[in-house]
Amino acid sequence: MAGLAAAFGSGAMTNSIAELEHTELILAIGTNTTENHPVASAYVKRAVRSQAAKLIVIDPREITLTRYADLWLRQNPGTDVALINGLMHVIIAENLYDKDYVATRTEGFDDLKKAVKKYTPQEMEKITGVKASDLEAAARMYAKAGRAAILYSMGITQHISGTDNVKSVANLAMLCGNVGIEGGGVNPLRGQNNVQGACDMGALPDVFPAYQKVSNDELREKFARAWNATLPTKPGLTVVEMMHAATEGTIKGMYIMGENPLLSDPDLAHVETALQKLDFLVVQDIFLTETAKRAHVVLPSACFAEKDGTFTNTERRVQRVRTVVSAPGLAKPDWEIIRELANRLGYPMNYTSPAEIMEEIRTLTPSYGGITYERIEKEGIQWPCPDTSHPGTTFMHRDKFTRGLGLFHAIDYRPPAEIPDREYPFLLTTGRVLYHYHTGTMTRLSPGTTERCPESLVEINPEDAKKLGIENGGIVTVTSRRGTVTAKAAVTDRSPRGTIFMNFHFREAAVNLLTNPALDHVAKIPEYKVCAVKVEPA
Amino acid sequence: MGNTVSLTMDGKAIEASEDQTILEAARENGIYIPTLCQYAGTTNVGACRVCLVEVEKARSLVASCCMPVSSGMVIRTDTKAVRDAQRMIVEFLWASGDHNCLACESNGACELQDLVYWLGIEKPRFPIEPPGYAVEKTNTMISRDLNKCILCGRCVRACNEIQVNEVLDFARRGYRAKVGPAFDADYINSECYFCGECVDACPVGAITFAQARFSGRPWELKKTRTTCTYCGVGCQMDINTHNGKIVKVTGNRNYGLPNQGSLCVKGKFAIDFVQHPDRLKTPLIRKNGILTEATWDEAYDLIARNFKTIKETHGPDSIAGLASARCTNEENYLFQKFMRAAIGTNNVDHCARL
Repeated sequence: MAGLAAAFGSGAMTNSIAELEHTELILAIGTNTTENHPVASAYVKRAVRSQAAKLIVIDPREITLTRYADLWLRQNPGTDVALINGLMHVIIAENLYDKDYVATRTEGFDDLKKAVKKYTPQEMEKITGVKASDLEAAARMYAKAGRAAILYSMGITQHISGTDNVKSVANLAMLCGNVGIEGGGVNPLRGQNNVQGACDMGALPDVFPAYQKVSNDELREKFARAWNATLPTKPGLTVVEMMHAATEGTIKGMYIMGENPLLSDPDLAHVETALQKLDFLVVQDIFLTETAKRAHVVLPSACFAEKDGTFTNTERRVQRVRTVVSAPGLAKPDWEIIRELANRLGYPMNYTSPAEIMEEIRTLTPSYGGITYERIEKEGIQWPCPDTSHPGTTFMHRDKFTRGLGLFHAIDYRPPAEIPDREYPFLLTTGRVLYHYHTGTMTRLSPGTTERCPESLVEINPEDAKKLGIENGGIVTVTSRRGTVTAKAAVTDRSPRGTIFMNFHFREAAVNLLTNPALDHVAKIPEYKVCAVKVEPA
Repeated sequence: MGNTVSLTMDGKAIEASEDQTILEAARENGIYIPTLCQYAGTTNVGACRVCLVEVEKARSLVASCCMPVSSGMVIRTDTKAVRDAQRMIVEFLWASGDHNCLACESNGACELQDLVYWLGIEKPRFPIEPPGYAVEKTNTMISRDLNKCILCGRCVRACNEIQVNEVLDFARRGYRAKVGPAFDADYINSECYFCGECVDACPVGAITFAQARFSGRPWELKKTRTTCTYCGVGCQMDINTHNGKIVKVTGNRNYGLPNQGSLCVKGKFAIDFVQHPDRLKTPLIRKNGILTEATWDEAYDLIARNFKTIKETHGPDSIAGLASARCTNEENYLFQKFMRAAIGTNNVDHCARL
């Protein structure tokens, strides 16, 4: 988000999912799309099979999408900046970039050019493990496509260099004139149903809705007037910083709505200490999660099928959520609970429906200005949608970037925070599997998804397994500097040598006991995708 | 769009684009031609032949789903020859399967049943001889009864051309032909990803929702459109309920973008959590170290009291809140407003980063 915002002026997915089917080339980097965004992946696969689009997959793991790819670059985990700089080196050296576009739509090109000069394919082969000839082929294929879309996901962002990775991806797209056109763009696929909406709504420490800075006096004044309150000027803490502050004792009370940090945060042992140190913890959720079990008060909330509202999808489309069944027992929709708590704290809130809240949202959130329940009854609208006569925006930055000119960033490669050594010789990378979701509190309750994927597996390359005496299905322990987990081994070529993969859906093998809480310096995203571990047969 | 051509259909002069099929032109002009194998978004294969029409000067009846229109064509969709042929085909389909509507999950939502009724067929002229396959019940999500399969191939094309999972195909030939994964495997023993596209595509009762069996008949179900709660794609779907109980989740191709009716295994088969007995049903307050059931009033009061005390003693920045990428926009908006205006801190975040 921060990376794209710096380059374009907006951190959102630039284009739409449906455009993928009718573009000339798709470059998928750090996205296991078929498992994490299956329906979006169908557009990619149709583009390849029915429309003869080209597909370049860049991923250390042999994900399903590689079967559909024209080219698969298997880089060493955490070397994305080096790889992308290498691609740009070739594109500039061979004069394949879009000179008109670079001249008229962007700034900072000279710095970029200087920065990528030393990233020759031959040098990059040593860092990334990708053959120089493959890197050159990918660079040429991407640059020569008339319209090319880049797709990425957490494989790009969950690194200590996450913001740099995103900026690099943005550099590459701008270099070839692929932003602001149909079928092009830089397209982060959001992992959760309403991550986009939660960000848009200002559930972030430094911004009000629509990314309006809390530190900006004029904007803060606007919200203070609308909300009839005095508002704090200092940006707040991010989730990982909150946990540190709780451990240090500066955060005393927490209110957690619908999150399970005690399974999803990096370095779980630390989160547990943090939560235990709190004077008062309120957790509002649909299940008694690991986090809720530590709370002083637990509030039962209605789930998505029991309330009205809206979600904003990864392509900025605001869509209706509708009441299907009634909530169990005394459970209430989260908005009703917040309203009542505000009233008891002496801050009056009188909303009678989510539609009424949306009416307030659209007066304060310029990009949602034209979004009403009536207009999105039949089909969702993509923001920016400034007023009720605006049809919404399928792709952004058409004639100019949100920030004016697109900004190239000269980025240098930095290795991951923790790399394998003699004691911890393997690299652990984490992610989801098709059949489960996040901390598994929902998907593990369905018989189907559970019979398809009943337990956590440690995916390990056959050669590594043989060396360690690990058999397919055998129990292994995985240990990092922070903890140990035990799970079954899946011996498979999907993992490259030296790298193991685990998902984070199973509390019995909570992989975040192992992961490194090292943060990206800008976006504060933890480095889930790389940490050093040792693997032993149990 | 190709050039416009003029033609006659059922005595009516119509115009159509030259890249349209007869079937498409008919539908655009409100003329009904029955179909079974035709499935939007996939190749027209002309497998079932129930869309036959008479075209003047053609040497036989033609499959309207595959035949492009051309200038001056004179087409009849409702002649005796057409109906006789359609009847024959439907009687063959009926006779070659176990089409017992009494216990069929698709009774009332079956395109073969509709066609039998529309054509006014009392019973087939031929002996009914189902192939006698075992019903596939080896997984809890999708049930397959190939005795009801009419070999229209919609599941095969949905799998290969819509989801592009490339799991299903035809095997064997003639009356022994069947659809399924490679090596005649059950779904659970194949590469199947359980997206369920084949279930939504099946026009009869051959591929059905296993968990929905005997849980409500098509006309008893209420469908409510909503947005899926899993990943960020935001698929539109119908949650089917019966007497307040969730029975199944189906795709709906009329809802358009972003998913055009497609869903994945989570959207379709991982909804049990909603009505799971483990759901929290009442507020809980920790008393003597144990979380104990409480009323909303008790819970609200305790929270208000504690947050007030912490705020007064340590300042508003000693309180932090986590909103949720799982909750609605309206709830996230209210949550950050609550933290900023009611508590007085910007310590609000959610797990977008995680």
